[in-house]
Amino acid sequence: MSLEDDLYQEIILENYRSKKNRRKIEGASLHAEGANPSCGDDLELFLSIEDDVVTDASYEGVGCSICCASANLLCESLHDRSTQEAREILKQFKGMLLDDLEPDFADEISDLEAMQGVKNYPVRIKCALLPWNTLGGLLDGVQ
Amino acid sequence: MKQSTFDRQDSVTLDLDHLRAQFPMLQRRMRGKRFAYLDNGATSLKPESVIAAEQHYYTELSANIHRGVYEFSEQATVEYDQTREKVARFIGAESDGSIVFTKGTTEAINVVAYGFVRKFFGPGDELVTTEIEHHANLVPWQEACKATGATLRFIPVNPDGSLQLDALEDVITERTKLVAVTAMSNVTGYMPDLARIIAAARAREAVVLVDGAQYVSHHPVNVRSLDCDFLVFSGHKMCGPTGVGVLYAKNEVLEQMDPLIYGGDMVTKVRRDEATYKPIPDRFEGGTPNIAGVIALGAAVDFLSQVGMQAIAAHERDLLAYMVERAREVDELVTYGPDDLSSRGGIFSFNYADVHPHDAGALLDQEGVAVRTGFHCAQPLMQVFGVTGTVRASFYLYNSTEDIDALVNGLARIKGVFG
Repeated sequence: MSLEDDLYQEIILENYRSKKNRRKIEGASLHAEGANPSCGDDLELFLSIEDDVVTDASYEGVGCSICCASANLLCESLHDRSTQEAREILKQFKGMLLDDLEPDFADEISDLEAMQGVKNYPVRIKCALLPWNTLGGLLDGVQ
Repeated sequence: MKQSTFDRQDSVTLDLDHLRAQFPMLQRRMRGKRFAYLDNGATSLKPESVIAAEQHYYTELSANIHRGVYEFSEQATVEYDQTREKVARFIGAESDGSIVFTKGTTEAINVVAYGFVRKFFGPGDELVTTEIEHHANLVPWQEACKATGATLRFIPVNPDGSLQLDALEDVITERTKLVAVTAMSNVTGYMPDLARIIAAARAREAVVLVDGAQYVSHHPVNVRSLDCDFLVFSGHKMCGPTGVGVLYAKNEVLEQMDPLIYGGDMVTKVRRDEATYKPIPDRFEGGTPNIAGVIALGAAVDFLSQVGMQAIAAHERDLLAYMVERAREVDELVTYGPDDLSSRGGIFSFNYADVHPHDAGALLDQEGVAVRTGFHCAQPLMQVFGVTGTVRASFYLYNSTEDIDALVNGLARIKGVFG
């Protein structure tokens, strides 16, 4: 498989270019900054949560295509999920990249599987995980 | 008798095929492609003679230095100290100065930050550096200033990453006690006019540290004509092993300093409550040093001296000129650093349109091209450029125009993915 097949697939490039979730949420219930000091990727994640359900998710910042695509997919996948469901998606996503586990995402968020190829490029795994690790930190703060 | 393959210092051409054959890494392929190693700013490849010298120590000596009374320990001590002499000759430091071995440039700067700045500086004193420095020549000063109450000041930088030397007199004042500046930026290859900076420092009786990590391995250096108090550099960027670096210091300054590392091998007499210390430079080399690394650094100095530093510098100037010329073919390239190539060493930093440097680097890797991507341990300079990172190609004696062609051809692959 070439890098273009593995990493730079159309789904990833579309999510990288998408501006839909690349914005600040004023008055977000939760927000946190995540950074990879070795490469300068630096983003801020915003979540709006009402009655334990994610009503909106967005991000801002700078990162490579893998990092930004991953952040956009994260935002897309969290809409209308409970914080418990969000934790489950996070767990599956990390398992897919770190433990080589076969993911089982719901159909409407199966685009997340496009990130699976990243596991073949160890130096880029941290790019893909940055938004998710930032999410993990946010969810840890939710009772 | 074996003839030297290389002309002496007046030569400006290198026998690249012969040179490249001496580097085992250049015989490898990367991602199935010809290996175009353009990350020499990060570390250099090693010739067989350096690898053999490191192995020689472990297979034929393997003894500690300055201690044993047996043959192999004596021989190890002799070879270790010979490297000190070789390095001194290499930078023109045979008299009035000392060579201290450290584990690298970063440690060498910390020896000065702890042993000099923290010892002698206080509130009201100023330390002058620049925004183009590698973090290694910035963070130790930040901390030393915090600890002593001294103030850190900066020679202003132009948008192209060169320094505003007209402002020297405003920044270097009677309060300045140390000026710490790079001889060559690891991001743009810009080489500031050191003579002018050092003259301004001398006029204020300030001590001068030159960060030679990017410069010493690529250009002839003479510390006496440069008239710096400290010159720091790393072995691994000059065909030597990792884990060994050099602090050159003028004896009159080094004599006043405290060591960073205390312990064995740097003492003359130890009693329960106090100790006395060896003369310089041994006082600054506490503990068992990187003996194999130092001996192999000696082989690296021999190798570079034989090739000739003038010839290496000229070769890299040619490569930079070729790189700049080829880069003009690619409209999408945004480049960094002064346009005046005579003020630059063999480093070329760029971005491909707004493609993130990591994406560009990952695609170049697929073409067998090794470049550095990111902020290059120089975040303040990235802020000057208004970017989070760049792609950096950095050249050395074994690079050819073929390597640059591979890089330029690789840009097509970036265009293929990102448009």
